[in-house]
Amino acid sequence: MTEKTDLTLRINGRDHSIRVEPRKTLVDAIREDCGLTGTHIGCEHGVCGACTVIVGHEAVRSCLMFAVQARGKPIRTVEGLAQGNTLHPLQRAFMTHHGLQCGFCTPGFLMLAANVLEKNPDIGDEELLDVLSSNLCRCTGYQNIIKAVRAAQEEMKPKVAAAE
Amino acid sequence: MSGRPGLLRLGPNCEKACDEKADGEEGTHLRLLPVAAVPYTRGCLCIRTAMKPPAFQYHDPKTLTEAVSLLGTLDNAKLLAGGQSLMPMLNMRFVLPDHVIDLNRVEGMSGIKEAGGTLEIGAMTRQRDLEFSDLVKAKCPLLHQAIMHIGHRQTRNRGTIGGSLCHLDPAAELVLVAMAHDATVVVVGPNGTREIAFADFPAGYLTPAIELNEIVTAIRIPLWPAGHKAAFIEFARRHGDFAIVSAAALLQIDGGKIARASLTIGGVAVAPVRAAEVENAITGQAPSTALFAKVCESCRSFEAMADIHASAEYRQHLAAVLSRRALEKAAGLADNAPWNRAH
Ligand SMILES: Cc1cc2nc3c(=O)[nH]c(=O)nc-3n(C[C@@H](O)[C@H](O)[C@H](O)COP(=O)(O)OP(=O)(O)OC[C@H]3O[C@@H](n4cnc5c(N)ncnc54)[C@H](O)[C@@H]3O)c2cc1C
Ligand code: FES
Ligand code: FES
Repeated sequence: MTEKTDLTLRINGRDHSIRVEPRKTLVDAIREDCGLTGTHIGCEHGVCGACTVIVGHEAVRSCLMFAVQARGKPIRTVEGLAQGNTLHPLQRAFMTHHGLQCGFCTPGFLMLAANVLEKNPDIGDEELLDVLSSNLCRCTGYQNIIKAVRAAQEEMKPKVAAAE
Repeated sequence: MSGRPGLLRLGPNCEKACDEKADGEEGTHLRLLPVAAVPYTRGCLCIRTAMKPPAFQYHDPKTLTEAVSLLGTLDNAKLLAGGQSLMPMLNMRFVLPDHVIDLNRVEGMSGIKEAGGTLEIGAMTRQRDLEFSDLVKAKCPLLHQAIMHIGHRQTRNRGTIGGSLCHLDPAAELVLVAMAHDATVVVVGPNGTREIAFADFPAGYLTPAIELNEIVTAIRIPLWPAGHKAAFIEFARRHGDFAIVSAAALLQIDGGKIARASLTIGGVAVAPVRAAEVENAITGQAPSTALFAKVCESCRSFEAMADIHASAEYRQHLAAVLSRRALEKAAGLADNAPWNRAH
């Protein structure tokens, strides 16, 4: 045991004041200390992408970062996608196109796709495939995930343009 | 704190836990692992029961001077850059430091600039920043091509160039580029700054030739003249995986003849090797597929390692094939070749 540190994590626009050991990974702090269990933990060594969240403006694997390192940076998790009762276009597209079965990998894919479509709304098929290949899904065979992200891409475009 | 011979350097926590006692709160056991078990990234052995980082004290210096002084005074300390290699090793408890010194908030350790024909890149520059650098794209096409093969978008968002060079995976793309370009590594320690030629940088498997109290601050890449040709090729099971074998070719072609050549092969030995025999044989010659096919056969005689991914013979075969392809691609002779696709 090493001494615990006080820190504040700003997740989906809300501050969470927590007290953790420096060795606590960001994903564990998000789940255990902030109570946001939407972000999943799979491999815990950077391979599966289930723990993907957005820190600052970049998608990262939250099992490969310590919570103390995220101090002062805005964090977005899957809980922040929906606006009240209205699901995010990506969430709706995953439902419509059967982009999930057990749902274990889904939060990671959603946050990765959200980050990618916000940053490059016009991303081409090949690059999109390359980006999505970084996360593992044991159920869907990926095709429906790709279909869902492409469908959401269309829907997200005008919104991104309007927001700018 | 010295480890036992052939075993990882251990912290005091571990020595205790390794008597097969439960490790405090998590009730997990730790085992001593042979050093050979470290390359989790290249075929995980996963001999472990713990999947959480060990306890350590965290240090968050803001200046390089502060970081150097912490590293010089703390026992069994580890530097943390992008964490994309170190964090998995901590999570698996392959590495058990008593102190972690985080370089992420240290001022002035990142940036890409050109001066006097040399590209100087700060050690903490993210791989993602290299990917989008117009300077890198225009001046160092080999680095530009290689970067897209490193892991994935999320890992490049955090992974740094300094971390990749210091982790020194035999198949790491940035290590290959540094070797191909005869780069220089700049390190700073309690006795000041020194430069290390990249050929002398690998000291062994996953081990750079820097002292325990030294920090890599930058890498200097001597640029080739404008208009030079570069090609990077790797063979991996899937895009984004570590390569089994990779090859990098640099060619300067004047008046239809090769005026200067660099050919480097990664993933065959513990560090990338320069194919000096091939470089000499093609210098002064006109590039042709027949020439490259003939001279690259010598790459079959490189001493090669074997692991669960590939035998030594297979690696030697790949070394010859990928060398030829890299040279053909650099010389513009591979535009219609079936293997020459986007990736
Ligand atoms: C899923 C996945 C896929 C990957 N695929 C690839 C791949 O295809 N190719 C590839 O090359 N890499 C790959 N990597 C590893 C790559 O992403 C890492 O970025 C890189 O190996 C280490 O860089 P880092 O900045 O993350 O360093 P860290 O992990 O923070 O550090 C690595 C080591 O270097 C030391 N160190 C770091 N900075 C310094 C410094 N300035 N001075 C002295 N020592 C220092 C640390 O103490 C540590 O021992 C992959 C990683 C993951 C998780
Ligand atoms: S849990 Fe983080 S990548 Fe698998
Ligand atoms: S839906 Fe089950 S792992 Fe992807």
